[in-house]
Amino acid sequence: MAVKVMIPTPLRPFAERQAAIDVEGQTVGEALDALTSQYGDLRRHLYGDGGQLRSFVNVYVNEEDIRDLQKDLTPLRDGDTITIVPSIAGGSRD
Amino acid sequence: MLNLSQDLTERIRAHAAQSYPYECCGALLGTENGDGRTVQDLVMLDNQRDDSPRNRFLVFPEDVLRVEKAARERGLDVLGWYHSHPDAPARPSEFDRQHAWPWYSYLIVSVEAGEPRRMSSWRLTDDRERFDAEEIASQLGMPG
Ligand SMILES: [Zn+2]
Repeated sequence: MAVKVMIPTPLRPFAERQAAIDVEGQTVGEALDALTSQYGDLRRHLYGDGGQLRSFVNVYVNEEDIRDLQKDLTPLRDGDTITIVPSIAGGSRD
Repeated sequence: MLNLSQDLTERIRAHAAQSYPYECCGALLGTENGDGRTVQDLVMLDNQRDDSPRNRFLVFPEDVLRVEKAARERGLDVLGWYHSHPDAPARPSEFDRQHAWPWYSYLIVSVEAGEPRRMSSWRLTDDRERFDAEEIASQLGMPG
């Protein structure tokens, strides 16, 4: 399936400054794999050491959060749009 | 270099003082040219960490999208985010680093016993290993 991935501003420097990138994949996981194979520096910002998406990385297919679908196994259709959206988190003491 | 007018500085400090002893947070809207950034406006946000608001802050992705859209409509970018450290120094915590995005400016204001104190700005390094300090240039009479 040919899909479009929307890249948030803070990650564009790692993807040749593009806002949207066309990739192929049957599932969200495959599409994100294709993306991070092409732009390897994105990987550490999206995935933690265990290979899981970081908690503050939100991924939507069209308008739906993949946590409410089948996460990385969410199937894709031709023309779907995957959007990566930041949560912003922090705090003063550990 | 982060250019921040006196007026915007005061608004961030006031937000931090009002929110004490909880953390405040908000967005920095502006433009980037060369290696300098100029903040032109703020969006004050509600801290969504109801469970631990004294030492944590959270901005939901829906709010990030809303703020980005508002910035774009005015020809501005979301350059970064500010938050306060109630009774803690104006430097990023380990928790800040673990949850940070690259590229954004992270502005931190320390609030001691309700009084806003030091302010600092930080950028996560591309390898996520640490924050580098970003100089804040305070200017009088800038639009904001
Ligand atoms: Zn912090």
